[in-house]
Amino acid sequence: MMRSYSDKQNVQKKPYYSDRYFVAPQIPKEAVESDEIFANDVKVLKERFEIKEAYIQRGQLVVYIDPKDNVDVLTLLKDTLSYNFLSEHSAIDWLAKSGEFEIFYQMLSTSKRKRMRVKCFIKEKEVLKSVITVYKSADWAEREMYDMFGVIISGHPYMKRILMPDDWYDHPLRKTYPLHGDEVAQWYEIDKIFGKEYRDIIGPEDRDSARVDVKDTYRFAHINHEVPFGAEPSQEKTNIDYQEEGGVFIVKKLKKEDAKIVKERY
Amino acid sequence: MAQHKINYLQEAGLPVALTTVDKLVQWGRSNSLWPLTYGLACCAIEMMATGASRYDFDRFGTIFRASPRQADVLVIAGTLTKKHAPFMRRLYDQMPDPKWVISMGSCANTGGMFNTYATVQGADRIVPVDIYLPGCAPRPETLQYALMLLQKKIRTEKASRKLAPKRLV
Repeated sequence: MMRSYSDKQNVQKKPYYSDRYFVAPQIPKEAVESDEIFANDVKVLKERFEIKEAYIQRGQLVVYIDPKDNVDVLTLLKDTLSYNFLSEHSAIDWLAKSGEFEIFYQMLSTSKRKRMRVKCFIKEKEVLKSVITVYKSADWAEREMYDMFGVIISGHPYMKRILMPDDWYDHPLRKTYPLHGDEVAQWYEIDKIFGKEYRDIIGPEDRDSARVDVKDTYRFAHINHEVPFGAEPSQEKTNIDYQEEGGVFIVKKLKKEDAKIVKERY
Repeated sequence: MAQHKINYLQEAGLPVALTTVDKLVQWGRSNSLWPLTYGLACCAIEMMATGASRYDFDRFGTIFRASPRQADVLVIAGTLTKKHAPFMRRLYDQMPDPKWVISMGSCANTGGMFNTYATVQGADRIVPVDIYLPGCAPRPETLQYALMLLQKKIRTEKASRKLAPKRLV
């Protein structure tokens, strides 16, 4: 196990600029009653479950439920309300704002030609039940959600990281995760291949893409003007001669004017 | 039947060539560079195109091999992720000496546009690289050019060159 990483100055938690008068644009929310099918869906859901909020946004129904009901709600949606596809399922990181993840299940009904989104909030360490028994497509989605956000899922048959290596530390899609990686991430391949003692020899990653070094003139050659490593740059064009011309000892290039056409056989 | 008589002193000279072992061996090596069939991302498409009939790597004696044991060139064609880095190092270690590495494209050279937590910032952090090939992705002609430069480089090397003291074990 890698040692845990604690960032002394978490720059990502401190916004460097805030506009006090900025209001984030929102897509207008419509009442559920404005759509007949959705109104019926919400009615059926409300009979059995606690619905915290429901509205229509951009022609799609959004329903907030209790996270404990997620499997039952999705079973009802699939079996009774014929939402037969779980097309997307992931999390949104609100940890800095409220210490919560917003989980969403995006669903599609091909018979009703409707899309709806089931949402719920869970705390950071709260365990979410797997919906893989209802929708098979939740398999990789849940693994990715665990990998990227660290949302803990119970009842998944193969709960393992899907994208990052198994021994990766932390979850990269959290807002607090630095884009260039934490210390463990930055030295990951060096530690793994050569061992920690090679960190000094190889040196830190060069993350500044705009960096110009005085030695660059000697490190890089111009195309068509290649010189050996470390040599002075040259103005002369590199002579890429085919080896026949360069005098490889066995092969010789045929020169037309030197060729003799024999009129008579020996 | 025609009698095939050759006057060695007149026609093409004696069938004797004077050269050095270095030159002979490196001539052989440079003309049968066998790269590993190993693509990581979009650069691999260009590498495949270079190997196919239009650009035709075969005429340089360059034939892609499906095993690191038979290969002596590693073309790192594409983005090298941190998850994949140990596997690439293992493939490199499995290749017999002498071996050469072409780092193909921006991603393999410096990490390219992927200045992120998951990408190795330059394949030369993992393996020693002989030729850095710029481009995103480099066209097949560019890879050919790189191969010709590599051949040129090999021909200037000593046959029994001491393995350069490796920075990396």
